[in-house]
Amino acid sequence: MSIITNINKVFDHRIRLGIMSILMVNEYADFNTLKELLGVTDGNLANHTKSLEQAQYIIIEKQFIGRKPNTRYSTTKLGKAEFKKHINALEKLINK
Amino acid sequence: MEENNYLKDISEIKDLMNKSSRFISLSGLSGILAGIYALIGAAVAYWLVANSGRQYLILDGKIFRLVLLDLFLIAFISIVTAIYLTTKKAKKNNVKVWDASSRRLILNFLIPLVAGGLYILIILGQQKYGQTAALMLIFYGLALINASKYSIGKIRYLGYIEIVLGLICAMFPGYGFWLWVFGFGVLHIVYGALMYFKYDMK
Repeated sequence: MSIITNINKVFDHRIRLGIMSILMVNEYADFNTLKELLGVTDGNLANHTKSLEQAQYIIIEKQFIGRKPNTRYSTTKLGKAEFKKHINALEKLINK
Repeated sequence: MEENNYLKDISEIKDLMNKSSRFISLSGLSGILAGIYALIGAAVAYWLVANSGRQYLILDGKIFRLVLLDLFLIAFISIVTAIYLTTKKAKKNNVKVWDASSRRLILNFLIPLVAGGLYILIILGQQKYGQTAALMLIFYGLALINASKYSIGKIRYLGYIEIVLGLICAMFPGYGFWLWVFGFGVLHIVYGALMYFKYDMK
């Protein structure tokens, strides 16, 4: 039972898992980088980043580079900890 | 059934982590060519010194400057070749050459290399040239190890070997030339060939 409780519902989606994986190993990533790596549409990516932000797992920063708007994403401490827990739970499920 | 999905998740996570943080388009062929350039350059340097009428190299202007120019040319042509072949490979694989991962790779490679290069120039200016080959090998090895965190292809091991060679070279400065030839020529060819068959032939 305890294994199941560590599976995080917020991460129970391919794209959200992908966003978190990229942000775990990078200080930050911008919108286009995420889009290219994950191969998703703008709207789809925006939705998933929003729900990760609502869970306070990532921070969304909007800024301007010259005149171009640029959005970049990074993980919070909470997000990192939750992601690690989730991965551990996945591994335990597989090795069971 | 569920288990298979989780396994797929995990492998996808690993793949994304690698793709987003490591630059994987370094061309093995450019390693082979860099090694060949180094061998040719070393042969030219050897010929220059052998025909200078002395059996050793001193800081007496012309010959020394030609050897420095020779070294500079090896480095320059190797870099141009690497950029060209890597760009070509990246295009073939449909990935960007100039992105966050390649920028990080180059920056981290250049920090020890530039520091070492400047140090060598400074001590050359102070007439201390016995350790030049050793220092080049050591700093180049450190640069490779530093860069290896941002690339795949195990350049870390090439870095370790270069450092060991550099230290041996520091103990036996008389063999500096041959150790340099081995470190920059032969090793690049061997390593480039290994990478070429492992990653590029696919």
